[in-house]
Amino acid sequence: MSGLLFESGEWTFDTLKRTYDAIEEIAVGEMGLDPYPNQIELISSEQMLDAYSSIGMPIFYHHWSFGKRFARDEKLYRKGYTGLAYEIVINSNPCISYIMEENSMTMQALVMAHAAFGHNHFFKNNYLFREQTDAEGILDYLNFAKAYVARCEERHGLSAVERVLDAAHALMDQGVNRYGRRPRASLMEEKTRAEARQAHAEETYSDLWRTLPASVKRDARSDSREPRDPMGLPEENLLYFLEKFSPSLRDWERELLRIVRNIAQYFFPQRQTKVMNEGCATYVHYKIMNRLFDLGKISEGAMLEFLASHTAVVYQPDFDDPRYSGINPYALGFEMMCELERIVTEPTAEDRACMPEIAGRGDPMAVLKEAWANYRDDSFIAQYLSPRLTRKMRLFKLTDRSAETEYKIAAIHDERGYVDVRRALARQYDPGLRDPNIQVTSADLRGDRRLILTHYLNNDVPLAERDAEAVLAYVGELWGFDVELKGVDRNDAQRFSYAYSPPKAA
Amino acid sequence: MNVIDRRLNPSGKSLPNRQRFIRLAKETIKEAVVRSIRDRPLGEAEGEKVISIPMKRIAEPRFRLASNGGDRDQVLPGNKEFIAGDRLPKPKSQGGGRGSEASADGEGEDDFRFTISPEEYLNILFEELELPDLAKTQLKDMATMKFHRTGHSASGSPTNLNLVRTMRNSLARRISLGRPRTTEREALDAEIAALEGDASPRAADLARLEALRAQKAVWAARARRIAYIDPVDLRFNRFEPTPKPSAQAVMFCLMDVSGSMTEDMKDLAKRFFLLLHMFLTRSYEHVDIVFIRHTSVASEVDEQTFFHSQETGGTVVSTALAEMKRIIEDRYPLEDWNIYGAQASDGDNYSSDSQTCLRLMTEDILPVCQYFAYVEVYDRRSQEIFQSTLNVSDLWKDYETGPAKRPNFAMKRVFSKADVFPVFHQLFAKTRKAA
Repeated sequence: MSGLLFESGEWTFDTLKRTYDAIEEIAVGEMGLDPYPNQIELISSEQMLDAYSSIGMPIFYHHWSFGKRFARDEKLYRKGYTGLAYEIVINSNPCISYIMEENSMTMQALVMAHAAFGHNHFFKNNYLFREQTDAEGILDYLNFAKAYVARCEERHGLSAVERVLDAAHALMDQGVNRYGRRPRASLMEEKTRAEARQAHAEETYSDLWRTLPASVKRDARSDSREPRDPMGLPEENLLYFLEKFSPSLRDWERELLRIVRNIAQYFFPQRQTKVMNEGCATYVHYKIMNRLFDLGKISEGAMLEFLASHTAVVYQPDFDDPRYSGINPYALGFEMMCELERIVTEPTAEDRACMPEIAGRGDPMAVLKEAWANYRDDSFIAQYLSPRLTRKMRLFKLTDRSAETEYKIAAIHDERGYVDVRRALARQYDPGLRDPNIQVTSADLRGDRRLILTHYLNNDVPLAERDAEAVLAYVGELWGFDVELKGVDRNDAQRFSYAYSPPKAA
Repeated sequence: MNVIDRRLNPSGKSLPNRQRFIRLAKETIKEAVVRSIRDRPLGEAEGEKVISIPMKRIAEPRFRLASNGGDRDQVLPGNKEFIAGDRLPKPKSQGGGRGSEASADGEGEDDFRFTISPEEYLNILFEELELPDLAKTQLKDMATMKFHRTGHSASGSPTNLNLVRTMRNSLARRISLGRPRTTEREALDAEIAALEGDASPRAADLARLEALRAQKAVWAARARRIAYIDPVDLRFNRFEPTPKPSAQAVMFCLMDVSGSMTEDMKDLAKRFFLLLHMFLTRSYEHVDIVFIRHTSVASEVDEQTFFHSQETGGTVVSTALAEMKRIIEDRYPLEDWNIYGAQASDGDNYSSDSQTCLRLMTEDILPVCQYFAYVEVYDRRSQEIFQSTLNVSDLWKDYETGPAKRPNFAMKRVFSKADVFPVFHQLFAKTRKAA
């Protein structure tokens, strides 16, 4: 009897279990990873397509945009243009990984190592996820959100709900708090709050109010003097601002905005840690699979299958390759993790010069775990992109100045260029620079209620015009009064301005 | 750790999402079709090809940075020969600055295009116009059948009997079954007659006569049994009905373009012309459209000018009719062309013109036209005013006295697009009866 965990490509529940245990032993026992408890779920390809369409979450409210995504994914898949992902992993406690029934046993092993330990460890330990997401509560919250949206649809009609969700989705990127985090209510609190709002509205409803003269009402309002700036402007979280201060939204509409905002916040860390997260998971599966092979637990055939798949995942086409579509986060992440390991264990003089604090420390897992816990993409690259990797990937920096008619190669992988390339690459992943910086700067609640958003241009890069106008129209719909979007450059000079006036209700 | 088998869970979890999407897409297509009536040229309205409609409504816009403009740095992998300080020309397409970038910003968002066949296009169009069901099928099935010879058949109407084939079959059958030929029987009869005529027959002759008579009886019996023409011999020319546009038609669009016609009214008129054109292209192989616009003078123009340019001036309807008459005489000989006229106007006309107008209409136009339709279009705003006390316009009054009594003339007031169709109802009713 050989020590192989599995011999054929077919998986069974028995081999899955055995392989998982072997992987866990290596991941937790040898590498010292600290993941959430795992829950692995087997799904069919059709269910995978379903999961795709609702951003991978097992429970989600219904919206046409998910149907659109489904239609596109399904067509691409059926026509054979794209394959499906091997897995989906959810940042929750316990951590849920979906694996597909069509995978071979080798792929199942790879997927379990990648998702159930790599991603899982990253979710549990990275500071962004710890601060900004609630792995314990997310599934409960999604349950609440789904039920709430469904109830709103029943009560107020599909199109009314759709109107709000369409607008909210358009503002999702501007619906996150970039720094810090407000204390989050639990499911029970959310539920009771929503119910209390409803109950209060029903309790205090009195037909008599209708009969009061209008002028009296207006007087009463103007008596209660608002403090000078009750809205805490400027505010960068547009969804939060609209939820709290929009003069025209009803309570349930505010709650919908809140739901979309909370979900945007939940996904925000993932957008900031794409390279690290995938790098971590890829590095972990690479280590684990190699270790399994060294221990004689998987066959050479399985190892070859794994390597074929692994190299395809971490392949980085050159910039002039027709397949090039940006830097592959798997490739960059994996290379950086391997590079860190090398610097810690076998540093060169160059490494000692530029990363003295870790070079030759001898314990790669400790350094990696520290990095995984305390960095996000931009800071990680700024800290750890080594000259050697710059050379290996032959990275170069291209500058595009609107005033010039030519691009310029500003730096390449040479002595003078390392720092410049590293800094530029890090900036490329800085969420503050990647997303337009748009803030609410003025809302004249007591006057004509004109809402003014300001886009602080970074290096004069403007907004995509058509989209900006469409989104501004959504803002106008949520706000209910005139809205304006100004673009100002670093000298506070106005570069452009869009305005939108919602149609007056008859 | 547990592996949970979810494969048996009900799939189709995103079915409600898909349904919502399809509903939205349908609405959007409908809007696009309705808009296309305004935007597309008349002749193309019923496209032979498929119609693609971009989906703006299902785009999911976000605040995104433009793909060019401003100063930006980019780090790329795979440097081959560049060294710091090298300069590369920018691709030309990016030179334009903020104005021209709109189309490049799509990032794959606008790639949802729905392709609908002309059939579906009509369905959506008619649904929007709220046509009665009967009319929809009539309009769509309105193709004249033309019969083509396609071989022969064993049954058919007597007029289609193919004599040559039938007789050939009959001959072959008679020979093969041994039916006595008429000439043989006549020869026999003659011989019998000769023998009978013999006053003093010899015994041999008598025996011969006896034999001949027996032979005659046998032949007579056989001729009775074997018919000269049997039903199995019959062959008929077979005709296969194929839908065939009967000929060619020319459609005259006449419209008053004086200042009093607003864009809205022109839009109504366009819908009317569109339907007529659609109907004609279904019935005729080739349809010409002639646009004649008029103020106090009439001229033939192209479609763009017809619908979109505005003229100032008075209104003399007869000039348009005269122009139509001239063009018919010039270019459309009656024996080759079916002539349809459609006139849209707000009803204004100089009162001094009414006699000329009537005479042209009744004496020159209507006798040569298959059908002439007059629609009087109104602004939606004026609907309330007119519905209570219909203020009859000059042109309406004129037409009512004479042309309206002709069977090939129809007139109708149109306030909204829903009113456009009833005019057509009359048209179909008439051509149906005539067919």
